[in-house]
Amino acid sequence: MLKPRTIIEKIWDAHVVSERPGAPTLIYIDLQLVHEVTSPQAFAGLRERGLKVRRPDRTFATADHSVPTHDRSLPIADEVARRQVEQLEANCREFGIECHSIGSPHQGVVHVMGPELGLTQPGMTIVCGDSHTATHGAFGAIAFGIGTSQVEHVLATQCLLQTRPKTFEVHIDGALRPGVSAKDIILALIAKIGVGGGTGAVIEYTGAAIRALSMDERMTVCNMSIEGGARAGLIAPDQTTFNYLCGRPHAPKGPSWDRALERWRALPTDEGAVYDKSVSLDASALEPMITFGTNPGMGIPINAAVPDPSSYADPIVRDSVAKALAYMAIEPGKPLIGHKVDTVFIGSCTNGRIADMRAAASVLKGRKVNPNVRTLIVPGSVEVKKQAEAEGLDSVFRAAGAEWREPGCSMCIAMNGDMLSPGEYCVSTSNRNFEGRQGPGGRTFLASPLTAAAAAVTGTITDVRTLL
Amino acid sequence: MKPFTVLESRLVPLPIDNIDTDQIIPARFLKTISKEGLGDQLFCDWRYDASGAPKPDFILNQPRAKGCEILLAGDNFGCGSSREHAPWALTQFGFRAVISTSFADIFRGNALKNSLLPVIVPAELHSKLFALPQDAKVRIDLAAQTITLPDGASAQFPIDEFSKHCLLNGVDELGYILSQADAIAAYEARAEQH
Repeated sequence: MLKPRTIIEKIWDAHVVSERPGAPTLIYIDLQLVHEVTSPQAFAGLRERGLKVRRPDRTFATADHSVPTHDRSLPIADEVARRQVEQLEANCREFGIECHSIGSPHQGVVHVMGPELGLTQPGMTIVCGDSHTATHGAFGAIAFGIGTSQVEHVLATQCLLQTRPKTFEVHIDGALRPGVSAKDIILALIAKIGVGGGTGAVIEYTGAAIRALSMDERMTVCNMSIEGGARAGLIAPDQTTFNYLCGRPHAPKGPSWDRALERWRALPTDEGAVYDKSVSLDASALEPMITFGTNPGMGIPINAAVPDPSSYADPIVRDSVAKALAYMAIEPGKPLIGHKVDTVFIGSCTNGRIADMRAAASVLKGRKVNPNVRTLIVPGSVEVKKQAEAEGLDSVFRAAGAEWREPGCSMCIAMNGDMLSPGEYCVSTSNRNFEGRQGPGGRTFLASPLTAAAAAVTGTITDVRTLL
Repeated sequence: MKPFTVLESRLVPLPIDNIDTDQIIPARFLKTISKEGLGDQLFCDWRYDASGAPKPDFILNQPRAKGCEILLAGDNFGCGSSREHAPWALTQFGFRAVISTSFADIFRGNALKNSLLPVIVPAELHSKLFALPQDAKVRIDLAAQTITLPDGASAQFPIDEFSKHCLLNGVDELGYILSQADAIAAYEARAEQH
């Protein structure tokens, strides 16, 4: 009888190309996704060494970080961004890679595009030069972000040197209450384990609360695994996964679909398998979450008081929290409810999918955005945009006074001109509240699309449950 | 890749936990298609005010930082984005090693591929390093995997054998992976059968 294995070990074992003494394991990568920001130096490296892309058929590109979400007429007005996007297009042409740049019906944030096209499948190893590659783990894949040197390694060899990850079970039982969403699960988890809590590990999310999530919601949870320091996060595939995948452009068809289903059904963790570590959460006890500081671990339930730096014993932690509160210009000891908001950003690879657009619309329908709040709603892809428009969500947003934009990373990373002014407060559905992340001097509160939409309506941080 | 053997240098202390890669190099500088010219943008928003003038109270702008090749930082250094621009900016500024109690996984991997040595030390030694006088020099010996303080106190730091070999000899990983072309082809042939 074989030793019971976790899904993480099963996928890892199936991808070992070679194991030699004195070196990490060489593992095979099934899919690499590429975008304009972290790939140009990798393609230049290939050229310098005279190498080709080993598997252009396993490599797909899109332009997302630097693309404008307002004026899509070409060429891109920002000269530096234009050069970067054109370089991506030229690299893909030269090396034979399918590229969905501006103008493609599949263009979008790389982690929204991959699943939509059915490229992301259970049991795969997936990489991208982007830390939010963890998103694809929602399908039961080991998916992780890599640096540009490793982008080059995978382009050239379809392989990476990796050490076996630790396994970390995050078990979430119970049912979410109204107004509480997948984003609140992951913010609550990171607040509990800290931004380094998952270092060295791949997380498997298990439990009834996870099983009840849609694929869009599962992607939100897995997406922020990296914010807990984990290498990746995944969810074992089930009928929800298979229903999402069936019929997608790159999903297997006919007899291949049946064979794939058989393989995928063998992936879930065996009974009796042991994880290196475990933590559990009760979904029914969760509240809408919001961050108060400058990393995603600095999160609290929406009605809780902002912690006092003096309550921490470790002097470096105390100073770090004090520095965060000084940057945010927030007083400790009081809840954030009622705090002024200047901008609301709804979008990103964390919360830019159709379920997120629907959640935002459910709050904004028949209401007006507060006149002091600039509200940007940025769909994650052309496909999300088209679907939202088919459902009339764009009319809801426009009627409320929000801006309905073109797809891209936009104000999550503020590379494309969508950014905060110094000192501005933003409730954002993105994944990072680091200093200056949304623009130099900008101040970010991370929250769910429901909480963000509520803030857009009232102009202050609000418990969305008072509007439901 | 530049070999790394022994380094002796004064320290630049940054006693902040969870320094993320957006602080090391803000995203607006990632529109470049080159690896070069990033040293001036290292810690840009901590280092310069809105007009671009250096902030005198930030340590990299102080005379003591000049010529320092070791950064001493708080726990979980390099968390956040996978941008390799972070180690590029650190090495182009002049750093060759970063000391902390822990590093974020992706940053650690990226640093090793750019001859920037991540040195993990226990909490007690970490505090001792922060308490050193400004002119104190610390010695890092990669072959012995030791870090030695001026008073002779010394500790071992962990590094995997393969990365150590690459750093000591100044070779990168890609050559090694390419040398396994047969194993890769054999894996692909096996996988196609499924």
